[in-house]
Amino acid sequence: MSQTEKNASAPVETFSVSVDGRTISVPRTMPDPQTGKPVATTMIQACALAKVDVPHYCYHPKLPVAGNCRMCLVEFGTPALGPDRKPVINADGTPKIAKSPRPAIACATPVSPGMEIYTDTPGVKQMREGVLEFLLINHPLDCPICDQAGECKLQEYSIDYGQSQSRFVEDKVRKPKAVELGPRIMLDDERCILCTRCIRFTRDVVGDDKIGIIQRGSHSTIAAYPGTQFDNNYTLNTVDICPVGALTSKDFRFKMRVWFLKESKSVCTSCATGCNVTIGSREGTIYRYEPRQNDAVNSCWMCDYGRLNYKWIGRPDRLTHVRNQGQGGTWATALHEIAERVRRAPAGSVAVVASARQTNEELFLLSKLAKRTGALTDSVPRLGEADRLLVAADKNPNGQGARLLGLAADPMGSNLPRMADGIRRGTIKTLIVFGEDVTRHGIPAELLGKLELLVVSDILPNATTAAAHYLLPGCAPAEKRGTFTSGKGRVQRFFKAVEPKGEARPEWEFLHDLIYNVTGQNGFVNMEGLFNQMAAEIPAFQGLSWAGLGDTGASVPI
Amino acid sequence: MPQEYKLVLKHADAPGYTRDLDCYLRHGGYEILRKVLTLPTRELADGKKLTAAEQLREEVKLSGLRGRGGAGFSCGLKWSFVDRRSGKPIYLICNADESEPGTFKDRQIIHKDPHQLLEGMIISCFANDVHLAYIYIRGEFTEGARILNQALQEARARNFLGQNILGSGYDLEIHVHRGAGAYICGEETGLIESLEGKRPYPRIKPPYFPAVLGLWMCPTIVNNVETLCQVRHIVAMGASEYARLGTPNNTGTRIVSLSGHVRKPGYYEIEVGKVTLGELIHDPAFGGGLREGRRLKAIIPGGSSAKVLKAGEKFKLKRRGPDGKETETEVDVLDLPYDFDSLMAAGTMSGSSAIIVMDDSTDLVAALANISEFYAHESCGQCTPCREGSLWMSKALQRLTHGQGRAQDADYLLKIADNIPGGRTICAFGEACSWPVQSFVAKFKDEFVARGAADEARAAQAATAAAAAAAPEPGHGGPAVQPQAAPLAGAVH
Repeated sequence: MSQTEKNASAPVETFSVSVDGRTISVPRTMPDPQTGKPVATTMIQACALAKVDVPHYCYHPKLPVAGNCRMCLVEFGTPALGPDRKPVINADGTPKIAKSPRPAIACATPVSPGMEIYTDTPGVKQMREGVLEFLLINHPLDCPICDQAGECKLQEYSIDYGQSQSRFVEDKVRKPKAVELGPRIMLDDERCILCTRCIRFTRDVVGDDKIGIIQRGSHSTIAAYPGTQFDNNYTLNTVDICPVGALTSKDFRFKMRVWFLKESKSVCTSCATGCNVTIGSREGTIYRYEPRQNDAVNSCWMCDYGRLNYKWIGRPDRLTHVRNQGQGGTWATALHEIAERVRRAPAGSVAVVASARQTNEELFLLSKLAKRTGALTDSVPRLGEADRLLVAADKNPNGQGARLLGLAADPMGSNLPRMADGIRRGTIKTLIVFGEDVTRHGIPAELLGKLELLVVSDILPNATTAAAHYLLPGCAPAEKRGTFTSGKGRVQRFFKAVEPKGEARPEWEFLHDLIYNVTGQNGFVNMEGLFNQMAAEIPAFQGLSWAGLGDTGASVPI
Repeated sequence: MPQEYKLVLKHADAPGYTRDLDCYLRHGGYEILRKVLTLPTRELADGKKLTAAEQLREEVKLSGLRGRGGAGFSCGLKWSFVDRRSGKPIYLICNADESEPGTFKDRQIIHKDPHQLLEGMIISCFANDVHLAYIYIRGEFTEGARILNQALQEARARNFLGQNILGSGYDLEIHVHRGAGAYICGEETGLIESLEGKRPYPRIKPPYFPAVLGLWMCPTIVNNVETLCQVRHIVAMGASEYARLGTPNNTGTRIVSLSGHVRKPGYYEIEVGKVTLGELIHDPAFGGGLREGRRLKAIIPGGSSAKVLKAGEKFKLKRRGPDGKETETEVDVLDLPYDFDSLMAAGTMSGSSAIIVMDDSTDLVAALANISEFYAHESCGQCTPCREGSLWMSKALQRLTHGQGRAQDADYLLKIADNIPGGRTICAFGEACSWPVQSFVAKFKDEFVARGAADEARAAQAATAAAAAAAPEPGHGGPAVQPQAAPLAGAVH
């Protein structure tokens, strides 16, 4: 990150090139996706700057260039030099352009001053047609049963650049199908176009040499090293970058046609990294998570664990109804009664456990409640293993938010024994728990039994929700809006993908009601206003606004 | 009378000549190396000083030596591209992956005079400040690899290799690396990948020009076996003397591998351009003519990837007369001087200098099917047009040679082949697999069309007969039986 910023701030020399007759200015160098070091700007980057789309399969902006698919072949010319090595000038004063007799792959060829790139000539059109024809002759053309259908570059480019009929009359090459490449990955070798994106991602981004190509020529196939499985924490990214239907996710395959999926921008909650994701859902059911590009956080990737950690959202035992003293209840009554009792609670008799899995806005509202009651507060630390790429040791998605909003003790979790002690000694009589099973974190069920008031909000049932006097069903992040602050201080928005289950409501909504009932102060009733109010009141979030966060968030000092 | 000119093969086939070091030394072996290692720095008129290595590089440039591997690129120019300021080591690799069908010249040198290659290599390494070099030899040359290792051992024992060679202070080690049996390893960047222990996928250029980013991303020179031998003789004779051999821009000697329908197939060393294709085929000093009663049909002049030449073809060649004036003359294919430029002017290439002669008994459709099967088998599979196109063409040709052709297959083949070469692929394999198809079909189109048409006529006849035999009973309007061609599965792979 610092490297890219440095490069961005240093003035980079620019020069002019023309793309399809339109002259644009391009930087001489651009940062290498791997190292961040400046490397010569390529034709495909120049075309992107000129908003000219150059079709490609093997090229991926985040991977080393392979140059094997040949789909991005373009024609080009450079200023002609005379015998004196000086540019030759036309009669009209323009530099004479020497057109290259050979095409070049736009992904690997550097641009030079005065270069002219041609992407829409008959020659280029014919080359694209030729490459597409070659790619399709041995392809099974099984689009109706292919999971990639609808987001397949073979389909898209066939429409854009292909021919309408086939002249191929030979037998197709047969290759293995439904190969279990690894525990989460299925491979259809017949669909594979051998672009090697999966191999380059695994080798150069993950640092794993597990997959490669065996056989040669048209019989080449992708394979894991003999006797081993393709299994690392990032294997499912290969499914995303596979431009065709060769690599499919065992979790997602045959579940849903992609064109029925509603896409919602969200953030992964499996650790403090906060990978940006797109949630694919239909009719209230989530079918997949895919990484969403954010170069400040996760580039184009996410870990397999985070990607597959969505199934609990649809669990049948989700808490769906308000419970009042073990009986059914209504939101209005419950919130009214809780407010009455909290308002009457003597200062120092209240404790709040606010999970670092709640959103910034929810924690902000809980901190208001805590301040009003003089409560002892804390969150629950959740530590695990980290890796060198994306997985953080801190498994809470919003530990940083809990710290910045003053709810987490320092160190996080150190107030939990104090709470247990207070309950045991009878000084703490009211406990408000949001999103944690405190019986697993030092406040056992028998202690909970001593409380005069136990208010619990959660998503799934546990020993704490079982002991609650008031149980308020909350929402999974995919069912509400809000922000998290990542471990590195990135404040990022996420949006609702599916409706909450049953009577469950987003926590920030009913917390707003509760605080109104307790304090009589009416805060903002929508997310935008709430976030902006928080940004105004909490120094750490100063200067932020909901709208200003955009799709990729903003960094705050931590 | 055209004659052989034996420079590289001077001793190889002499009676009693053996490949051991002592025999080589008795024939003046390693004397040139000795001379080179003690070459003093030369001061030019302008006061500039040329080191021994710089003088040698200059000599090679002046000699006009062109690579004997296939591309015919200037060796001096290749050496001049080497990045000498990177601070990285410079490597030299001897390309002994001789695998172009029809080619068997480097093997003669390796088997019969390995020390000549080593001396040429050591001189070339010294000229380029190389301290570690490799001989990449094709896997099938097991005997060649054994011979080279033996020769290296002998050379090490006498300090022609190793530390402080002959007291000069110059260190060099050479290793033999055996390939695993892939034609593509002869492509220099594929070779480098293979030497690094990877699949031999040729590298994209830019940016991976071997002279800058070669072996282990260091500056690297890759030269053919014969080319490195020629270096020894250039240094021995002096560049200007050497350049008198052959013809302008096509200097020196070249070993030609002559095969096919000639009476005396074999390898012949000639002065480049001093002998014509026709002489190579017909002269008693060379091929000795065709078999009794046979007429010439076609010539592949530079290894199986070179475009085929048709008997009776005429070409316009530009020739510079003694007065310096360029005149265009029409020459018959047999009168083409066997050199780099004339064959290029004839639309083909001298390639690896392997001539395959085909007389009128040859089934050219089958010949092309054979060549195409080879290239389909050897395509590395890295880039799309070659990977898919080479097998497609091979399958079509298998069909055409197995009774399932169509009259339109000639055009079908040309259209496939046209989408492969000309910069559409990473390496020249795209050209290698498509040029034979383009040239065979274009020049012998009638044969290809006739073959397909005959198959179609036969199939139509069979269909009529089958329909008559299966004629429905009156009143039963069943469908006519569709003639089914036997599947070709197994014919190609």
